[in-house]
Amino acid sequence: MLYREAGDYKTTYTEDSQTFPIKLDRIGYYSVLIIAFLVVPFVINDYWANAVLVPFLIYAIAVLGLNILVGYCGQLSLGTGGFMAVGAYACYKLMTGFPDLNIFFCVILAGFVTAAVGMLFGLPSLRIKGFYLAVATLAAQFFLVWLFNKVPWFYNYSASGQISSPERTLGGIAITGPHTEAWAKYLFCLVFVFLLAWLARNLTRGNLGRSWMAIRDMDIAAEIIGVNPLKAKLTAFGVSSFFIGVAGALFFAVYLGAAEVGEAFGIQKSFLILFMVIIGGLGSIFGSFAGAAFLVLLPVLLKNVLVGGLGWQTDIAAHLEFVIVGGLIITFLILEPHGLAQLWRIIKEKLRLWPFPH
Amino acid sequence: MSLDEGYTTPDGRKIGAVVMEMKNITLRFGGVVAIENISFDIRQGEIRAIIGPNGAGKSSMLNVINGFYHPQEGEIWYKGAQRQAMKPHAIARQGIARTFQNIALFNGMSTLDNIMTGRLTHMKSSLLMQAIWKGPAEREESEQREKVEKIIDFLEIQSIRKTPVGRLPYGLQKRVELARALAAEPTLLLLDEPMAGMNVEEKEDMSRFILDVNDEFGTTIALIEHDMGVVMDISDRVVVMDYGKKIGDGTPEEVINNQEVIDAYLGVAHD
Repeated sequence: MLYREAGDYKTTYTEDSQTFPIKLDRIGYYSVLIIAFLVVPFVINDYWANAVLVPFLIYAIAVLGLNILVGYCGQLSLGTGGFMAVGAYACYKLMTGFPDLNIFFCVILAGFVTAAVGMLFGLPSLRIKGFYLAVATLAAQFFLVWLFNKVPWFYNYSASGQISSPERTLGGIAITGPHTEAWAKYLFCLVFVFLLAWLARNLTRGNLGRSWMAIRDMDIAAEIIGVNPLKAKLTAFGVSSFFIGVAGALFFAVYLGAAEVGEAFGIQKSFLILFMVIIGGLGSIFGSFAGAAFLVLLPVLLKNVLVGGLGWQTDIAAHLEFVIVGGLIITFLILEPHGLAQLWRIIKEKLRLWPFPH
Repeated sequence: MSLDEGYTTPDGRKIGAVVMEMKNITLRFGGVVAIENISFDIRQGEIRAIIGPNGAGKSSMLNVINGFYHPQEGEIWYKGAQRQAMKPHAIARQGIARTFQNIALFNGMSTLDNIMTGRLTHMKSSLLMQAIWKGPAEREESEQREKVEKIIDFLEIQSIRKTPVGRLPYGLQKRVELARALAAEPTLLLLDEPMAGMNVEEKEDMSRFILDVNDEFGTTIALIEHDMGVVMDISDRVVVMDYGKKIGDGTPEEVINNQEVIDAYLGVAHD
């Protein structure tokens, strides 16, 4: 009954094209922001931060990035893990090479480095499409992992071949390193998520977003209208890689603390993030969050139910978890191929008319 | 009709100087000659039809004008200067817009977004400005939206503004495609079979819109159409093609009485 646009008149084009045209949505959005920024940091503990919230936030950034490329611009990429590795190693080199540089800028700069690398590997997209492009980006994935393994300069010639993030502070509070508080990690990632989600929405609502979607839907017609395919595709690769690079930097510096490239940023990571995009919904910002939440939360939830609730052995539970998650993904994709975002849209559509059937 | 300064149509419209001139265009695909040594011109403000049987090379001709195909021989003169081979998106920026024979809308987007995409060449805000959104980018978006709303009003598609175009019926999709092309405020508008697959009522609507566009915006229109009634009614001059050659050029009356054209359409007895 409350969820209506009736009576909520729009008198300017700006109001008409706002992100949340319905009042209840706006209230919901601000409530989530207030809770996320002002409530959660005070109640968070190590378990929630490390198992659920921090990985969710970091994956959400990566999924937003990949969604811009795959969901908005229609360019299939399997190189996400490799690009996250670029972000992580760029961040590591910046942190160790310039110890005085603020960690915030290290992460942002790592994003820019990844954007440049992403655009380079996006060049084949001008010639090839679809599955063939996916294979080309797969080559990027393997090449980048190989590169970071083989060239000792990237891991500062450490004996283990690992990179580990030194302690860096922001306003006297540790953000990286072993002494970081749970709330600091959470809040640092949350700021990035908020900024980047806002950026993603802005970039996809305007001219650039429309030229990406035009390329995705009908590239010939797009070119006739005046979309420069070179520019549209390369900006999509650039922006997408920037997001993924930031996610990689945070994943290594804030979440893991120490990383080995093949393990942390292997091909499984590329697939995981692509699944998040597909399950959440292609071409949807809300879907990016929903997809990341689904695949981060589900295993944690299952583990708690099976081991904690039913008292099963850990190894059986771990294997069963794969079976259940895999099964759910398949069931879900058959029932709603357009992802959680579409499900959410249908619910909202129904809610607007509730309690009337038509 | 060889006046350099244009001419006046029977219904009193002034037709201006030559906007686009094709000189001796030949287009080959390997051994197949799609267009053979064709010359014709399109004048400011006129409705120019290109007709011919299937496979005559009409769509290829539009693709040459658009820059999708580059002819092996011949010159294209546009707005008084010879045009070099360039990419289709660069040609769009010179003021040439078109619709397609098979609807080529962006199915994942709403009607409004489709038409807004048509204004792409008029939008200037950079990636950074769009990322910040507040300020110049938002202002530009609203300004362009106002222009798009005028086109939406003009084509009477207000009620489907926010509907995803994939859900629209065929006739409306054709109209949205016309709106998208018009949004670019083109000098020259190319329509590839705007009435294909329509019923009589939809054809009448579309004819009216084409005439209105020409009348109100002064847009020069080149169209391919198979419905002879429509072509005879709305076009000022007609080019007739058959097997890649030009077999007729002139007013609808001249063309319809041309023996070669009649033969091409009705066939001739071979004895």
